Amino acid sequence: MAMEKAKESPEVDANRGSSLEEITELRLGLPGENRGRTGMKRGFSETVDVDASAVNRDEAKNSPAGSDAREKDEVSGAAKPPAAKAQAVGWPPVKTFRKSAMKSCKYVKVAVDGAPYLRKVDLEAYESYQQLLAALEKLFSCFSICNYASERKIVDPTNGVEYLPTYEDKDGDWMLVGDVPWKMFVESCKRLRFMKSSEATGLGPRTQSVCTSSS
Amino acid sequence: MNYFPDEVIEHVFDFVTSNKDRNTISLVCKSWYRIEKFSRQRVFIGNCYAISPERLIGRFPGVKSLTLKGKPHFADFNLVPHDWGGFVYPWIEALARSRVNLEELRMKRMVVTDDALELISRAFVNFKTLVLVSCEGFTTDGLAAIAANCRFLRELDLQENEVEDHRGQWLNCFPESCTSLVSLNFACLKGDINLAALERLVARSPNLKSLKLSRAVPLDTLQKILVRAPQLVDLGVGSFVHDPESETYSKLLTAIEKCKSMRSLSGFLEVAAYCLPAIYPICSSLTSLNLSYAPGIPGSELTKLIRQCRKLQRLWILDCIGDKGLGVVASSCKDLQELRVFPSDPYGVGNAAVTEEGLVAISKGCPKLNSLLYFCQQMTNAALQTVAQNCPNFIRFRLCILDPTKPDSSTDQPLDEGFGAIVQSCKGLRRLSLSGLLTDQVFSFIGKFAEQLEMLSIAFAGNSDKGMLYVLTGCKKIRKLEIRDCPFGNIALLTDVGKYETMRSLWMSSCDVTLGGCKTLAKKMPRLNVEIINENEEMEECIDDRQKVEKMYLYRTLVGPRKDAPEHVWTL
Repeated sequence: MAMEKAKESPEVDANRGSSLEEITELRLGLPGENRGRTGMKRGFSETVDVDASAVNRDEAKNSPAGSDAREKDEVSGAAKPPAAKAQAVGWPPVKTFRKSAMKSCKYVKVAVDGAPYLRKVDLEAYESYQQLLAALEKLFSCFSICNYASERKIVDPTNGVEYLPTYEDKDGDWMLVGDVPWKMFVESCKRLRFMKSSEATGLGPRTQSVCTSSS
Repeated sequence: MNYFPDEVIEHVFDFVTSNKDRNTISLVCKSWYRIEKFSRQRVFIGNCYAISPERLIGRFPGVKSLTLKGKPHFADFNLVPHDWGGFVYPWIEALARSRVNLEELRMKRMVVTDDALELISRAFVNFKTLVLVSCEGFTTDGLAAIAANCRFLRELDLQENEVEDHRGQWLNCFPESCTSLVSLNFACLKGDINLAALERLVARSPNLKSLKLSRAVPLDTLQKILVRAPQLVDLGVGSFVHDPESETYSKLLTAIEKCKSMRSLSGFLEVAAYCLPAIYPICSSLTSLNLSYAPGIPGSELTKLIRQCRKLQRLWILDCIGDKGLGVVASSCKDLQELRVFPSDPYGVGNAAVTEEGLVAISKGCPKLNSLLYFCQQMTNAALQTVAQNCPNFIRFRLCILDPTKPDSSTDQPLDEGFGAIVQSCKGLRRLSLSGLLTDQVFSFIGKFAEQLEMLSIAFAGNSDKGMLYVLTGCKKIRKLEIRDCPFGNIALLTDVGKYETMRSLWMSSCDVTLGGCKTLAKKMPRLNVEIINENEEMEECIDDRQKVEKMYLYRTLVGPRKDAPEHVWTL
């Protein structure tokens, strides 16, 4: 069937970046899991998986009813449609015109540890880290979070808790916001999370301590 | 009735407006044929390759309003090569040559060049209406010609076209004497707009009822426009971002409150959620709201807005509204007839924010619903059965589960029974799009129950030739059938070849049909064009009849193979 065809087509392969080396490379992890590229980056890949699913569970709990199923999908990974299907030309059947009109926005979810809800922001709507953080400050203003943009750190003045802005990049790794140029960040960022600094000490290539879940 | 003089009969015919009825009339006798022929003003041509312009002019010399369609529907989703065809120029040229007094031209999925627009603007002195939907190939220079030369222009409607934009000066080209505009839509333009020219044009168009602006038109210009044109009924907002503390914003509030006739809002191509309260005052009289191009409005703001739109009949929205938000729609909009929920992230498969829950809520709250397009994360048979029961009036039902072969999310079963319930209970269903895990069973339901079905879109479904055959033999009224990625082969294609002469077109891509099968069909049916679209270079070398064809498009035609096809499109 066509789906199988699509799997074999060269462009799909190129997108998945599965050169022979990568296919045959020995890796830890469940079969089918795409960790192919993490090797290029040193650091917290292992902590991340634990952490990411923890966030997922948080989200599933906190997000409004109905989106739970989606969250579950993200956790299990296995429930996701296979890549070939996802990339079938012309699917989902959204008009090309609409797609290109919508192209200029990129929504990511924002979570703040301890906040009972998530928000979404359009990264394309901002031009710098400064602007983004200023906007996020507004979004979560009811938590009276202050933004020290220069330090890329956010503090809740009511209790002095510090938050670090982190993001999940396209490889599924959790990185500190600000580690790459803005444009690269916009392309790569899948979601944002403000971690309590006390718990985020594990972030960064140098340490190995595992980030614990905030819940 | 034949005792009456021709003039009287013609006058009676004037009251028959539907083309279908007029077609029937023309079959009654020679004299009626002749009277109908000379009095027909509106013609619809669903496929520009089905007939020649000369034949149209010969058959209906008095045509004033023409609708023409070009590329197959799947072109919308990038499945048809860009250079496939659908050129309008030969039509315009022939109509101009024959001095047809054309006043209205509506085109969909056609290639429209600046030359064509220029010719339209010069050849038809009484030209009034130009509607372009999903067309391409022209620039704002062509629009400038229309603006400058069509003295009686009432309607210029550009919907979802790919337009090359040479700055916004085309709006300048409407002469000062142009005061006839009733409808102006340039929402799809991407470039700069001459805002002063726009304001002046609106100011001298007292009959303007519908105005749809592009993203480049900012909120302060909108405010000035609304002051000038409080009579607007249908407004497409460009950019809706401004400081709510500003004077401009408070002026906008005042202006909007005076727009008592406003019934339809769309656009908001750029929008700040905190500006939305400005439209609250007119929400209670809106019957149509399209926020499907408005990115980034949080679900909570959407629901706040929709709570006030109690008269909505049509709602187009992004899935960020969520199932809960759809619940609010269900409890607020009792008159809703048409709902479209689009994915806010059309690239991310498996990321839609609405499910069967939202649809069930809508079906419970909105009994008048008759048209649906719903992009969702998951669906169940039980939900579809409930929907079928609650809303038996569907004429259009298009469901897209983003993962195209996803089964019933609670039972893991195919969704055959669910769609079966829809076709069984919605007797008037004319258009249906399927998705999710589906077996041949669903097609047996469709063939059995969907008596009025005219257009069916199928993707990633079925098990065997039987599936397609159920549809072909069962659906007597089917006119357009489009199929992709289904295991339907030559048997399905060739069992009832006569059927295709009753249909407008059949599209099959990534199915099991072979080149040999298509050749056989073409040979048997000389009045069909069987086109093979072959973008794969290699196929040129090894033309083997057993080879599966990537894309096949067939349609009935009276003109034979077309001559404007690119190299990789073969008409067999």
